[in-house]
Amino acid sequence: MVLIQFLVVGAALFSIGVYGLLVRRNLVLILLSVELMLAAVNINLVAFESHLATSQLIGQVFAIFVITVAAAEVGVGLAIVLMIFRNRKTSNVDDLELMRW
Amino acid sequence: MTIQEWISGPVNWFFIVVALIVIFCALRVVTAHNVVHSALYLVASMAGVAVLFLMLGAEFLAWALVLVYIGAVLVLFLFGIMITRAPTGLDEGLSSSRKILPALMAVVLFGLMSWASIQAFGTSAMVGLGPPADTAVLGEALLGRFVIPFEVVGFILTAALIGGITIARRDLTPLEEEERQAI
Repeated sequence: MVLIQFLVVGAALFSIGVYGLLVRRNLVLILLSVELMLAAVNINLVAFESHLATSQLIGQVFAIFVITVAAAEVGVGLAIVLMIFRNRKTSNVDDLELMRW
Repeated sequence: MTIQEWISGPVNWFFIVVALIVIFCALRVVTAHNVVHSALYLVASMAGVAVLFLMLGAEFLAWALVLVYIGAVLVLFLFGIMITRAPTGLDEGLSSSRKILPALMAVVLFGLMSWASIQAFGTSAMVGLGPPADTAVLGEALLGRFVIPFEVVGFILTAALIGGITIARRDLTPLEEEERQAI
């Protein structure tokens, strides 16, 4: 296997995540797209780790950090979505126009 | 670069199958008309990513991904979907009607990133040929050289947990507040 294969898969996942982020109008689905982008980053980190073969597995350590921060992000993000839904009865970003002009 | 290197040998065939599954499921995540289907396609996509990690020799990370994403994050997502669903049961307006510009942007981004990686690394850089990474080495790195970032991440997780509970907790009504003070 060559490094490029993994980089191209990572680029595809990231682009799909960007598309979802721009197109989706539901807050939960936007968070799902962000998860896709974070997975793409993880693929790149692990692929470069495998290529460079550092003695301390630095790439994998950072991938663990990314997974942890992603879990924290989902927890807080969904709590915010829940609160917005409770107050506004919607989870559609187009309906949340209070702080827009 | 040659197509030959991409399709030669069983390892590459396996890789192509897994990669196509990952990308197909990711596409369904952003195009599905049902929110629950979207979340379940993310499970399949993450499972595919875990297989890619296994192919790269990152055993611990692959199982951590399965545990964290498929075990915990997806349950959270399904929970969030069930709670924030419109009472009518219809999933309307999940996507914007203007799709052409974002699609164009995503395709250009993909082309640019792939082109840059191919220019930079060509086909000479090999990966995933050695033995799987030693989990003991990973643990020593986490609690040795990276112990301070590790503690910071633990702190972030605790803060996020407390923040999530604080945000999502239902505020007491004035009546309940009085009752509590009476106790």
